[in-house]
Amino acid sequence: MTPATNGHDPKIVSLFCNWCTYIAADSEGVSRKQYPASTRVVRLMCSGRVDPQFVLDAFAKGADGVLIGGCHPGDCHYSEGNYKNLRRYSLLKRVLTEFGIDPRRLRLEWISASEGEKLAKVIREMTEELRALGPLNLPEKIARPEAVAMEA
Amino acid sequence: MAEKPKVAFYWCASCGGCEESVVDLAEDILTVVSLVDIAFWPVAIDMKRKDVEAMADRSLTVSFINGSVRTSEQREMVELLRRKSAFVIAYGACSQYGGIPSLANLHSKEEIFDWVYHASPTVVNPAGTVPLERFDDGHGHTLKLPTFYETVRALDQVIDVDFYLPGCPPTPKLLKEAVLALLSGKLPPKGTVLAPDVALCDECPRRATKPEKLAIARFYRPHEIVPDPEKCFLAQGLPCMGIGTRKGCEALCIHGNMPCTGCFGPTSRTRDHGAKILSALASEVDATDEKKIEEILAGIPDPVGTFYRYGIASSMLRRKIVEGNGGVSA
Repeated sequence: MTPATNGHDPKIVSLFCNWCTYIAADSEGVSRKQYPASTRVVRLMCSGRVDPQFVLDAFAKGADGVLIGGCHPGDCHYSEGNYKNLRRYSLLKRVLTEFGIDPRRLRLEWISASEGEKLAKVIREMTEELRALGPLNLPEKIARPEAVAMEA
Repeated sequence: MAEKPKVAFYWCASCGGCEESVVDLAEDILTVVSLVDIAFWPVAIDMKRKDVEAMADRSLTVSFINGSVRTSEQREMVELLRRKSAFVIAYGACSQYGGIPSLANLHSKEEIFDWVYHASPTVVNPAGTVPLERFDDGHGHTLKLPTFYETVRALDQVIDVDFYLPGCPPTPKLLKEAVLALLSGKLPPKGTVLAPDVALCDECPRRATKPEKLAIARFYRPHEIVPDPEKCFLAQGLPCMGIGTRKGCEALCIHGNMPCTGCFGPTSRTRDHGAKILSALASEVDATDEKKIEEILAGIPDPVGTFYRYGIASSMLRRKIVEGNGGVSA
């Protein structure tokens, strides 16, 4: 059992909209700006494409946090995808809490294509916050009650 | 006379409704009985575990197993039936997805025992008696009880399952079709759910009244409203799981003027039933402002119990976890 340590490197699965946050991440890279290497970016066409199953799957497969990046309200390329995402996010946070997962592990940010600095700041903040929370270790936790019961 | 195929029915953590659904075959049970021998059915026939142990391996054509797996005794029985059966069918929501008993996966074993034997207001237990797995009476007698597991499991999380019959309980029609399919030997691929792979809206009598945009401004709980008997429940603000739930029940609850609670589970394209319904319902909330959205969604006070009523054991997360300690219970 890995004890919660403050020294661990959190893994963040980032689900970024193609039209805003993904471009922001790209431009930070092109400008050679630094942000923590904690994030694995998945490009989606819209934050409205974020199915809550993606978030649960990320946690179940070992992510310590999930970051969703979408266009500012009013700016969605498909007019209301980001609002759909906001509604699901609100309910999903409650569901995660009931399953015992700290809701701070899921974060939604509106980051436009020109807000590379904001993106870097959000990733830094979230990395620190997840480091303080300690590893989630869900794959092991899902497997462990199995092992306990099957040994009995 | 050639020997008839042998069939077994068994129950694990369940309410008995699945057993009743077999009786609900009514006169069709005569058709079934004329085609097969019921070789083991503890609810109806006096046979013991040792009788099953004495059978040759794979000598049962099919075992219909209902209920989820909560105790070591249930695990032993389903492992035994797996060895003795050519086919195993997970019968009903508990067996297929964990069902209602797997709502207990939101609590630890310790919390459950504390509530059931001490804290619940209806409990009178001045001596603080709790069941023990082993008890020695001091006169050479030892009593043993099965282990109560920390986590409720669906059947296929314990043994290999060939087919699934969904429902709480499955309908007699689906049971009859399954038996006839098995006897005819025309079997679908292993792992098939023996019900149509389309959402309930498809066979819902209120389908025509479902607007293209639901724009839900308020959610109601069933006791807060007298539902219109003709209109789509979602259009009335009543959370209906039919949008993300497999059809095949012939819209029984809808005909009783109650929204679908999701007992048939998801279609094959969905990996997490609750998350998918959450996604579909929340997206239809008629607000764009964060505060207003939360206000409307507060109309669903128990999202896990609503979206995952029958499927916590088979959900992606499977149970409530405890952050930090690496384990499941505090």
